[in-house]
Amino acid sequence: MNVIETSGLGKRYGSTWALRECTLGLPAGHLAALVGPNGAGKTTLMNMAVGLAVPTAGTAAVLGGQLAGSPAALDGIAFVAQDAPLYKNLSAADMLHLTRNLNRRFDQQYAQARLAELGIPLGKKAGKLSGGQQAQLALTLALARRPRLLILDEPLAMLDPLARRDFMATVLTAMTDHGVSVLLSSHALAELERVADYLILLSGGQLQVAGEVDDLLARHQLLTGPAAEADRYAGQLDVVQTRRAEAQAHLLVRTSGPGRPVPPGWETHLVSLEELVLAYLRAPGAAQVPGPAPVPHPEPTEATR
Amino acid sequence: MTALTIPGQPGQDIALRPLPWRRMAWVTWRQHRPTLVSVPALLGAVAVFLLIAGLKIHHDYAALTACHPFTSHACQALNTNFNRTDWTLGNTMLILLNLAPALIGAFAGAPVLARELETGTYRYAWTQGYGRTRWTIAKLVLIAVTVTAAAGAFSQVFAWFLQPFLKQEDLTRLSATVFSTQGVAFAAWTLAAFAIGVLAGMFLRRIVPAMAVTLGVYLGLALLTWLFLRKHYVPAAVTSNPNVVGGRLTPNTPWVVSTWHTGATQWWSYLPVSRFWPMQFVEGGWLLAFSVLLIAATVWLVRHRAA
Repeated sequence: MNVIETSGLGKRYGSTWALRECTLGLPAGHLAALVGPNGAGKTTLMNMAVGLAVPTAGTAAVLGGQLAGSPAALDGIAFVAQDAPLYKNLSAADMLHLTRNLNRRFDQQYAQARLAELGIPLGKKAGKLSGGQQAQLALTLALARRPRLLILDEPLAMLDPLARRDFMATVLTAMTDHGVSVLLSSHALAELERVADYLILLSGGQLQVAGEVDDLLARHQLLTGPAAEADRYAGQLDVVQTRRAEAQAHLLVRTSGPGRPVPPGWETHLVSLEELVLAYLRAPGAAQVPGPAPVPHPEPTEATR
Repeated sequence: MTALTIPGQPGQDIALRPLPWRRMAWVTWRQHRPTLVSVPALLGAVAVFLLIAGLKIHHDYAALTACHPFTSHACQALNTNFNRTDWTLGNTMLILLNLAPALIGAFAGAPVLARELETGTYRYAWTQGYGRTRWTIAKLVLIAVTVTAAAGAFSQVFAWFLQPFLKQEDLTRLSATVFSTQGVAFAAWTLAAFAIGVLAGMFLRRIVPAMAVTLGVYLGLALLTWLFLRKHYVPAAVTSNPNVVGGRLTPNTPWVVSTWHTGATQWWSYLPVSRFWPMQFVEGGWLLAFSVLLIAATVWLVRHRAA
């Protein structure tokens, strides 16, 4: 089952396309990292997945074919928006009560136990909690709904390094204990490297890379060798990005299967997720989308809408 | 890319009956307690004041009408007292009451959705299992009913308070400032102001601009109604005798629709005070329809233009 599936998905605000031609299938059971520079369309994609934004073009389905934003979809997805919005004048206990009233399922015991564990007093107003506590409260509310898909928009931004670890530990526990799939957007590449097993990279409103992390890492190599030979050598390879430092050149290349022997003077290295992401971000023209090539969709025009 | 659409697990749709409306009662109460308490409480407090002040005014008026002969010094003193002290209070209350619906619309209506949009909490509220359409309908209906009922009850007290003044020549129940505070009109205007506020809040997404627009639109609508609409609610009566029930007609009295001459006779087309209730129901009716339309438009906007 795909927890998120989009086809030719696009969203336009005024004359600007925040996201376009996004065809993506995110299988269940992953912790997917949604990365990309500011304005890449991450929040737009998430908003459409939870039904907050209506697509301008294409379709978005969730939880195995449910229309995004439909009652069935809302029932199975918990969303924590950027900055973890909470009613600042309501206490943590009121926020639990509110969320319980607004959903079919709500695990009150789990929520109370989590807040006790975190040392968040139930009687304290949400607006008086620290940024980290607010993020944890919002996550607790989302997980207590027992969703099948948890969508988190920049959840780590307002957290210090220790709080980030606590937050991610909660998410990972929910994945193993309750089988929740997770889509998480973040700029904290180093944090994601430890936990994400699926990568979705957006850039300039377009899908640039999507795939399982292990698979992506296995299909890429970092080659290091003399800068003088780099151009000649690069011509024979599928190079994503070239970086030169003094006499050395670093080529991030796509490989199919076990790497070919490299010429003398060159070395191969395994690629880290962070290096892979940065290489693609520096090379906006390169794309790595798995499976059959996306079906080209006609450019949406005024006439077809 | 994995396979495209796989149908959901069998049987999972069956459980998805909408969540009961009563759950929204607690949600609305908890989130809008200040509005739900303060509007009835404020109107209630003013009503108590009107009852106390009204007793004195009714007493003064009874003493004045019982006074004989009217030209005597004692009676003139009573008359002066009634026209100065009592009428000053009555007139002040009348002006305040004409502004009250606009204020209720701005303070109780405009923030309902504008606050969610301004602070970003709509991203929480509208992604819960309840669904944002039903969330919006439940909230708006509950607050609208509370505020309208409070205004309706209050205007009955005010009508009693104002009675002695309506027996004066230049003020009747059809006077512009009086009509909208009487009968069903006050409740209807309050509902309309609330609906204007809610729609402005959804449209502008910010509290303060929405409040300002609410006040402006309400005053414009009230003015248009007074100047152009109200005199056409029911057919006017025609007479050549300017001394009618409720006062003497002059070309400036607000319930005169038009005057003309045939030969030496002056004809008056006017709205008799007896047509007060039919006019009230026309005004209440169209304001109710207008409010329902605005609230429906708000719900449509929530549904289709969330982010």
